[in-house]
Amino acid sequence: MGFSFIFEYYPYYITGTKNTIILAAFTVFFGVILGVLLALMKLSKIGPLRYIATAYIEFIRGTPLLVQISIIFYGLSYVGISFPEVPAFGDDFPRFMAGVTALSINSSAYVAEIIRSGIQAIDKGQMEAARSIGMPHRMAMQYIILPQAIKNILPALGNEFVVVIKESSIVMVIGISELMYNADVVRGTTFNPFGPLLFAALIYFVLTFTTSKLLGVAERRMRAGD
Amino acid sequence: MIDVKNLKKSFGKLEVLKGISTHVDKGEVLVIVGPSGSGKSTFLRCLNLLEQPTGGEIVFEGDAITSKKSDVNKIRQKMGMVFQQFNLFPHLTVMDNITIGPRKLKSMSQKEAEKVAVSLLRRIGLEDKARSYPNQLSGGQKQRIAIARALAMSPDVMLFDEPTSALDPEMVGEVLDVLKELAKEGMTMVVVTHEMGFAKEVGTRIFFMDEGIIVEEGEPKSFFENPKTQRAQEFLSKILR
Repeated sequence: MGFSFIFEYYPYYITGTKNTIILAAFTVFFGVILGVLLALMKLSKIGPLRYIATAYIEFIRGTPLLVQISIIFYGLSYVGISFPEVPAFGDDFPRFMAGVTALSINSSAYVAEIIRSGIQAIDKGQMEAARSIGMPHRMAMQYIILPQAIKNILPALGNEFVVVIKESSIVMVIGISELMYNADVVRGTTFNPFGPLLFAALIYFVLTFTTSKLLGVAERRMRAGD
Repeated sequence: MIDVKNLKKSFGKLEVLKGISTHVDKGEVLVIVGPSGSGKSTFLRCLNLLEQPTGGEIVFEGDAITSKKSDVNKIRQKMGMVFQQFNLFPHLTVMDNITIGPRKLKSMSQKEAEKVAVSLLRRIGLEDKARSYPNQLSGGQKQRIAIARALAMSPDVMLFDEPTSALDPEMVGEVLDVLKELAKEGMTMVVVTHEMGFAKEVGTRIFFMDEGIIVEEGEPKSFFENPKTQRAQEFLSKILR
């Protein structure tokens, strides 16, 4: 096997890691925004909003990410919807956007379920008690339900971040030069099928391990308030 | 103060309240007893619209609160409620549990609200617990705080939904003492309870409910000593062995 390829090809890993981090960061950002929206829709009193959110979540969770990415990247451009080219962001921008879109759409369904279950895990007596002193629904949510739900939601959300970092490797199939793609390029060039991938795995592990440790620290800080 | 006219409540096909008419006068302590599943909690929860009645009318201080036009949040401010499971807000200190209502809903200043809270805490003998969190308190203490939280809104009537049923036996007394104190001060109260001793001692009127209707209604003394209906006699013979 041998790891001497690193000296020559390390720039691939640096760009790859950078792109993986950017990809994951944007996915988490849009995934959470979309996920909050979906969770609100699913908890809404308005039937149609609830049905749409439920259908969306079920469909996204019930189909493979690889299929979703292919639909977004190949399918959409076939029917005439394409992501714009922005020269300032480089030639890869449309691919990158397709990747972030697909990953965000996918992640948002899981985020929505994390938020919904975090809110619904709060005993319904809490809402009743808040309403019984005269709080309107929105105020009860803001001061009583959400502050408690956050404690259920954050750890699971942190876990979802870790998942996103790992799953983002799948966008290599549409040619985004993230960590997995670049590791594969190195594998192809060096005819070394083991070392380059093992090194990529190590970098993924460092990324996910650091993320979950950081989240663990944040979580413990929060629990200290109890 | 409260007029209830032919109140009905169904959950799906199950009719829990089958037309209840009564009234609660100012200063009264109405005690509702009856076997479990008789609809007494549902009746209480209909009074402040935690359950939406499916029929009939409730008039509170002259306003038909069951009409769509009434502002349910304003009405609830005047009807304090105490739950079997306390339902204190676990993420807030005792002080914040009590002051959050007055601060957010009556735009009372922090200082004012805390002054009210301190005097309430003194009344229930828990002024040293102001900075504690609910999970640091015993069941009896939690329920007394829950009563203080409801009182902080200065309600005109207090609704108690089995306030001692979730307590260890040795803590029942301290909560009932607070209720007795309140009754003595002239608070209008509607109490669902299984504490017959309390009902007899403090109640000004007893409701005996079974299967969604008021089977018998009367003075505590006559109800406990000479229940008129057979169902009430059976119920009492089971409870007061």
